[in-house]
Amino acid sequence: MINQVYRLVSPRQFEVTYNDESLQTDYVVVRPTHLSICAADQRYYTGTRGKQAMAKKLPMALIHEGIGKVVYDSKGEFKTGTPVVMVPNIPTEEDDIIGENYLRSSKFRSSGYDGFMQDYVFLKRDRLVQLPEGMSPHVAAFIELITIAMHSLVRFEQKAHSRRDTFGVWGDGNLGFISALILKKRYPESKVYLFGKTKYKMEHFSFIDEAYNIDEIPDDLRIDHAFECAGGKGSQDAINQIIDYIHPEGSIAILGVSEYPVEINTRMILEKGLTVIGSSRSGRADFVNTVEFMKEIPEVIEYLELLVGSVHEVRTIQDIIDAFEKDLTTSWGKTIMEWKI
Amino acid sequence: MIYAEILAGGKGTRMGNINMPKQFLTLNNKPIIIHTIEKFILNDRFDKILVVSPKEWIIHTKDIIRKYIAGDDRIVVVEGGKDRNDSIMSGINYIEKTFGLNDDDVIVTHDSVRPFLTHRIIEENIDFALEYRAVDTVIEAIDTIIESTDGEIISNIPVRSSMYQGQTPQSFNIKMLVDHYHSLSDEQKNILTDACKICALKGENVKLVKGEVFNIKVTTPYDLKVANAIIQESIGR
Repeated sequence: MINQVYRLVSPRQFEVTYNDESLQTDYVVVRPTHLSICAADQRYYTGTRGKQAMAKKLPMALIHEGIGKVVYDSKGEFKTGTPVVMVPNIPTEEDDIIGENYLRSSKFRSSGYDGFMQDYVFLKRDRLVQLPEGMSPHVAAFIELITIAMHSLVRFEQKAHSRRDTFGVWGDGNLGFISALILKKRYPESKVYLFGKTKYKMEHFSFIDEAYNIDEIPDDLRIDHAFECAGGKGSQDAINQIIDYIHPEGSIAILGVSEYPVEINTRMILEKGLTVIGSSRSGRADFVNTVEFMKEIPEVIEYLELLVGSVHEVRTIQDIIDAFEKDLTTSWGKTIMEWKI
Repeated sequence: MIYAEILAGGKGTRMGNINMPKQFLTLNNKPIIIHTIEKFILNDRFDKILVVSPKEWIIHTKDIIRKYIAGDDRIVVVEGGKDRNDSIMSGINYIEKTFGLNDDDVIVTHDSVRPFLTHRIIEENIDFALEYRAVDTVIEAIDTIIESTDGEIISNIPVRSSMYQGQTPQSFNIKMLVDHYHSLSDEQKNILTDACKICALKGENVKLVKGEVFNIKVTTPYDLKVANAIIQESIGR
C-alpha cells in the first residue's frame, strides 16, 4: 500500500511523500482523526530549532499528539473502528530500571522520526491505547500532553516525602493548567496554588485554591512541593522562586523545556536538602494511567475542554499551513486539526 | 450499502510488448492492483470490495490477492465485461444477485492502475455519492486543452480555467446509474464510454471531488518508471 506522508521539508513548507507499506505485518494500521499542535512542532515549522537540527531532522512528518481509529490489524486483536490514542515514543530495547522514555535508544515521533501527519500510521501494537467511546475527540487529541503531567506526577509520588498539604504550580500555560488540574483532582484535600504572570490566563484556573502573580507573592507563603511548568527562559526565574518558597526537603518537579542551560541557586538546594525531579515525555504506562484517570473523573474532561483553542478541518496542505499559522497567533489553548486529508 | 469496484478489465495494450495486463506489473515488488486494493481495505465504510477482472485473469487475480492480502472477506473477484461500462455493470449485476439493490446503495468505481489515491479522495467520493448521487474525481487542467475534430487543425481551444482532467474514482448511486444505462441504445452505449458522462447527459448533477496530480494512471512504461521513482524517493526514512 502506498501511504501518503506529509513532511515538513523546510520552514513553513510541507510536501507529500509516498511510503510503500505492507499490511501483513505485526503493525496495527491507524487512521489519524484528530491531531494537536505542540510547541516543539512549531519550532520545526518556523525553523527556530536551529540550522543543524533542521538539516539533520528534516524532511520529517510533524505532530506527536493525536488520536485515530484502527483500520487494520492483521492479527485481529483490535477491532476495526476502535478509537485509540497513539503513543509517540518508540522504544527499541527494554530495561528493568530505565523507563522507555529515558532510554537513549528510543525514537520519538516528530523528533527525527516521522510523526502522525500521514494518511495512515503504522504502529506496534503496544503503541496504541484504546479510548472509551464518546470521549471528546478534541480533548483526546492532546492526551499526549496530559500524559506528560501524569508522568511527572507518578515520578513525584515515587520520590517525594509524604507530607503533601500544599503544592505550587509555576506556569499559567497549557501544561501548568493540566498539571494543576491533575494535582487538585488527585489531592482534593491539599492546597494547590498557581504562580503565573498573565492575568487572563490565570483566570481560567477556577479549580485551584489560590492564584498568585509571580511579582506579588506574600513573603510568608510556603509550599511542600512544586511543579515547574514555565519552560524557556522563564524556567530559570521560576525554579529560583520555587527554591525560595519551598519548605526544606521538598521536591521540585521540572517539566518546562528550555533550549538553553539555566542558572539555578544550587546553594539553597543544598541548604534546604531539596530534591529536583526531572521528567520528560512519557511512555505507554502513562497513557494507560491518563485514560483511566479521565474515565474515573469525567469532570476532568470538562475542565480540559477549556484548553481547546481552535479546531481546523484539514483537507489540503494549505489547510495544514493555515492551522500552524493560526496556532502561532494564539496565546491560549491547543490548536486541533480534524484530519480529513 | 457502500460498495467499491476496482476495474481491472484492461489488457494493457498501451504498456507495449508485454504478456501481462498492466495491473499485474509490480511497483516496488508488489502488483499495482494489490497496492490499489489495499487502499480500499483500509476504509471500513465499504461493505464489499469488488475486483473486476478479464475472464482469463480471474484465477491469477485471486491468487495474488490470497498471496498479498491475507483474508479480508469483503473482497470478491468478478468477471468483467466487453468495455468499461459493461464491466461496471457486471459488478452491479453481481451485487444485485447476491445482496439485492437498495435505493441508497452507492458504488465507488476506481481504476486498478491508480494506486496513489488518498484516504480523502475515497472519503469524499463516498460522502458526495450519498449526497449528490454522482461524483467524478478531477484535477484542474494543467496544460491547455486543444480540441481538433480532424486531428489536423484546431477546431476549438476551451478556456483553461474551466477545464479539468478526469481521474477516478467515479461514484454513483447504483439504482440511478443502472436506470440511465439501461435507457441507452446499443449505439449510445458504444459511444458513451464514461459513466459520469452518461449521468451528466441524463441531467444528473455530477459533483466534483478534487483529485491529486499524483493520482496517476499507470498505463505506459513511462508511467511505471515515474511511479517507481515516486516511491523510491521516500525509501530509507
